[in-house]
Parts: sequence; structure tokens; C-alpha cells
Amino acid sequence: MLGDGILKGLAETAKNFAGSFVSKERMTTVEYPEERLPLPEAARNFPFLVYDGDDWEKGLRCVACQICEKECPPKCIYIEKSKDKKPDYVGKPQIYPAKFDIDISVCMSCQICVEVCPFEAIKMNTEFELATDDRFGGLLLDRKELARSNEYYHQIHPTEASEVDARLAEEKAKVEAKAKAAAEAAAAKAAAPPAAAAPATPIAKPAAPVEARPATAAKAAEVAKAPAAATAPVAPKPVPGTGSDGAASMTPEDKKAAETPAKTNEGEPKAQGEPKE
Amino acid sequence: MSPSGIKTEKLAGWNRPPVIESDGEGELLEVAMGPHHPSTHGVFRMDVVLDGERVIKLKPVFGYLHRNHEQLGERQSYLASMPYTDRLDYFCSLTNNWAYALAVEKLVGQEVPERAEYLRVILAELTRIQNHASTIGFLLQEMGASGTPLMYAFREREKILDLFESLTGSRMMCNYMRFGGCRVDASPAWLEATRKVVAGLPAFVDEFERFLMTNEILMARCQGIGVLKPDLAVNAGISGPMLRATGVNYDIRKVDHYGIYDRFKFRVPLGDHGDIYDRYMVRMLEMRESILILNQALKDLPAGPVMDPKAKIRNFRPKAGESYGRIEAPKGELGFYLISDGGPNPYRYRVRPPSFINLTVLEDMCLGSNVADVVLIFGSVDIVLGEVDR
Repeated sequence: MLGDGILKGLAETAKNFAGSFVSKERMTTVEYPEERLPLPEAARNFPFLVYDGDDWEKGLRCVACQICEKECPPKCIYIEKSKDKKPDYVGKPQIYPAKFDIDISVCMSCQICVEVCPFEAIKMNTEFELATDDRFGGLLLDRKELARSNEYYHQIHPTEASEVDARLAEEKAKVEAKAKAAAEAAAAKAAAPPAAAAPATPIAKPAAPVEARPATAAKAAEVAKAPAAATAPVAPKPVPGTGSDGAASMTPEDKKAAETPAKTNEGEPKAQGEPKE
Repeated sequence: MSPSGIKTEKLAGWNRPPVIESDGEGELLEVAMGPHHPSTHGVFRMDVVLDGERVIKLKPVFGYLHRNHEQLGERQSYLASMPYTDRLDYFCSLTNNWAYALAVEKLVGQEVPERAEYLRVILAELTRIQNHASTIGFLLQEMGASGTPLMYAFREREKILDLFESLTGSRMMCNYMRFGGCRVDASPAWLEATRKVVAGLPAFVDEFERFLMTNEILMARCQGIGVLKPDLAVNAGISGPMLRATGVNYDIRKVDHYGIYDRFKFRVPLGDHGDIYDRYMVRMLEMRESILILNQALKDLPAGPVMDPKAKIRNFRPKAGESYGRIEAPKGELGFYLISDGGPNPYRYRVRPPSFINLTVLEDMCLGSNVADVVLIFGSVDIVLGEVDR
């Protein structure tokens, strides 16, 4: 029928006109600056640098390994390594970024820097209100402007952060399992990272072998495998644990050690406690 | 090779472009449509010679959006090219990702986990639906239905883009696929949301069809206009819905079975006349078939990893060789041709863009028709200038 389409279209228009007064879900407009839609968790905009603790400069996880600078597709990251090493939050002497700039007018939010970072030091932010009247300087963010606390990271990407937590817990469980299997090894391992760090732990470190050795003497059957297990991992342990050059060695253990000094310290007393029993 | 019984003797008579004689009254008028004409989907220019209303010559001029994509791909690592592929056809970044990932996976012989393959299919079909919906919306926009069909299409597209955003972090520049899988896994909540959106899609296609399929204006403006003959289409390397609208049964999902497409039951819609209406109709039917594939894929989605644990992200050095990965992108055959000399970046990186190659027959379709139809024929080709100019 001629005119059929027009009638159908007008009927639809009338339906929508009436519907727009009654249906709540059709009111899709959001009064933006006052009202905001929640961003999805996976949302990403520009990178930021994660730091632990209160002092952003001391707590930066970045060790200026320059992997992100190399892998960045539009090459918008500029890093200068420090000449000196400073103790990072673990206490290990590490190179730190003397300069870490990201030109967010060049950055294309591809997240590759996050994927390649072995230290979980760079993550994607969700801030999007970055307009500035300074076209060049205002969009070149230095490391102070890029630094955000770990709490902030948890706030914007809770699932991702909890995944990191789960990974750390897994690591911790692994350490504990090792402690059960080989008491001495676990003690040495747990003591290794803080050995250089806290003044309290070097006391604990010699204490562990001392305690373990009498045990081997006393209960031969139980601990027969313990010294063998202990000697084997002791040799490679210092490499990841006390490796001062964070840039070169990026074993997962080193990564985890760099990430969570607090957690490994927590695990330590337990590991030492078990051989006593 | 004859994909679907095209008789080769017909091709001997292939003669293009046809010469249109002017009627000899008045002067010829040369018009530059574009580069900022609102109907040109970006920055594209058509130098049209008109005799009255009739087009007697048409020269496509492009390159305004040239970004050195291929040269960039040769200068940087394999992984670093992945986000740039998002920017080729920015409507369908996920299919671009897939084509590139497929090429690199072929180059290094990388396996892809089952779940990742399913996720790729789900995302590719969602991409196809939103691309076809918005293409039809734009086509009607150019026909003069200002806004309404486009808004209907964009309403659905918005739902799909929200899914993309919640999974990949970005609405259009997804950068999701990696060599050996996908970057992140889909959560159960995401899958539930996807099922909900997919369940709502047939109603949308029905609604679209109810209004458009028998609409007098659409039929009057589309039927018999911009006819493309199948032999010309095959010779010119046309692919995708444009080729299938001419009646050639050639769908790379069926022909090549890349990924896991051999596991899904779907049909390939074919046109008969090769005019604008057939192209519109093929896209409409393809959306329905995509919904079928989506339902099957969402039902069978297995558990497991989404990334091959052995796959390397950094220090990626394929051994010397070459590969061509191609997929059925919403616009046609999208291929990436890579030659590796064993270095960290490809020796040659070449994109076979469907938009660009489909555009080559624009003059043949437009000659002899009215200048108002040029806009429509151009819209029915379905191009994105980011892919044409690269």
C-alpha cells in the first residue's frame, strides 16, 4: 500500500513521544558536571606511577628499567636513570627514575606499558578531566604529577588490585609450604630480602640456622631431608633476594619481593617458628 | 579461481569504466565533492564531472588521512603495532586486532586457547552487528532520513560499545587481542551482560526491518541504483557484503575457517542484483546470522585460560618467513601480510584494507546516475577513511 511506511513511521513516533513521558529508562541524559555516570572498572585513560607508603618519592615502585620507554608505541615516555642508588621501600639500593615524564598529548592509552612492566609500577588511570590552557608543558606530566598511591589504585581498579592481592597471597602460601617442607630453606629465603634492609632482621637471620642445626642433630629422621633441601635453594636465593640491580634481574621472585616487602616480613616469623616445633 | 561458478568467458567482456556520452546541451560542470562534504564519512574527495544531473566522470581522491601505518609497522615491534591496528577501521577495532594477531600467530605457529577463540568470535560478531547497524543508519541518513534510523542504530551500538568498554577498557580503541590469546578474561558478569544484549538484538533487527524493508522511499532510492556486476566485483577484488550482494558466495568465515568458525552453523546471505538495496539487505541478514553465531558461541564457551602461557609478550622475534592472516571483517576481507627477517620488527608489513579496495569500483557504480545517488552509492560501499588512507 502506498503511504504504508509513512504511517508506520508516524505510529512509532507517536509511541515514542508518549513513552518518553512515562518510561524512566528512556531519560538517558545525564547533567554532566553535576551528575556522572560510573566508569567501568576496566576503563583506562592515561598511565600513572604507583607508590607505596606516604612519601611519593621514596615509595615509587619504578626502578627506571626503561622497558616501558622502549615498548611504548608512540614513544611518549621519557626516563632518565638516576646516577646514584637510593634504598627503595624494601631497603634494597635501587636505581630510581631521576626523570619520568609522560607526554599525554602523545599517549594513545594502549596500556602496553602496563603489560610489560615487571614491577607493577605503572598502571592506567581513569581521570579524564585533564584539559589545560598550557598546550605543551601542561600535558607533559612529570613523575610528581604521575605518582598515585597504592590506595588510589585499589580505589579505581578494585578487581585488578584484588587479583594482585591474590597473587601475593599465593606467593605467601608458596613460601609457607616451602617452610613446612624445608625449614631452613624457608628461613633463609624469608630472611634474605630484609637482610639488607632492617637492622632487626640480621639478628633473626643467623638465629634461624642456629635453631635448625640443633634440630637436625636431635631428630635425625625428621630433618634428614631438611639440610639437603636447605643447601640447594640457598645458593640461588641471594640472586633474586639481594640482587641490587633491579633493572637486569626480573625473575618473578624478585618482582614479588620488590612489591611486597611488608608481606614477606610478615611471613618470616612463621617460617622461623615452625622448625622449633 | 572461481569462487562461485562465475563463468570465465564472461570476464573477457569486462570493460571499465564505461564511457558516458554527454547529451551535448549546455556545459559540463566539474564539482569537487569533499573533502569536507558531510556525506563522505571523513576526509574524502570525489571530483565529479556532471552533465546536468548526470555523472559522466568520477575521480576518487584520497590520502588526506594518511598516517604511514605500514611504515610504522615496519619500524617498531610486533606488539607495538597492535594498538595502531585499532586505528585502521576505528568502527571495528576488534576485528582488526584479530586479523593482525592471526597473521603473527601464523608467522610463529602460535596456538590459541579454546576460550580465547570463543571470545574472539563473540567480539567479532558483536563488532559486525554494530558496524552493519551503523552503516545502515548512515545510509538512511544520507537518503534524507535525518537522524532517526541512525539514532536507532546507535542505541544498539552504544550497548555493544559498553560491553567493549567494560571488557577491554576502551570503547573503540580496544587493543584487546594478543599473539596467543586475549589480554584479559571475560568475567561471568560480563558474559551475563552480553547474553542480555544479544537477547535484545533480534527485536532491534525486527524493528529496523519493519520500518525500512518495505519503505517506499528506501525502495525508490535504492533499487536498481549503483548496480555492480558480479564479474566486475570479482575482478576488482571486492569482498564482504558488497561482493555477496552481487550474488557471489564468498565468505572467508566459510571459505577459510579461520579461528573456530567451522563449529558454528550459519548461512551466508546473498544478493541477486548488486544494487544498493541488496547491499542493505545483505547487511540486515548478516546481522541475524551474527546473532545466531553469538548464541552458539555464548552457549559453548568453555572455561580455561585466555592466553597461551608460553606466548611471549616482549622480545618477540619470529624466525624468518612470511604469513598472510585474513579474516572476514564487517567490511570485507581484511588481511595482514607480514615478512619477517628474524628481527624484532617485521621486514614488510602490509595491510589489505577492504574499504580501500571496495572503493575502487565507485566510478563504475556511479556513472550515469544522478549526483544525489552518488552520495547513496558511496554510503552503501561502507568505508572508513582511517582504513582507506592508513
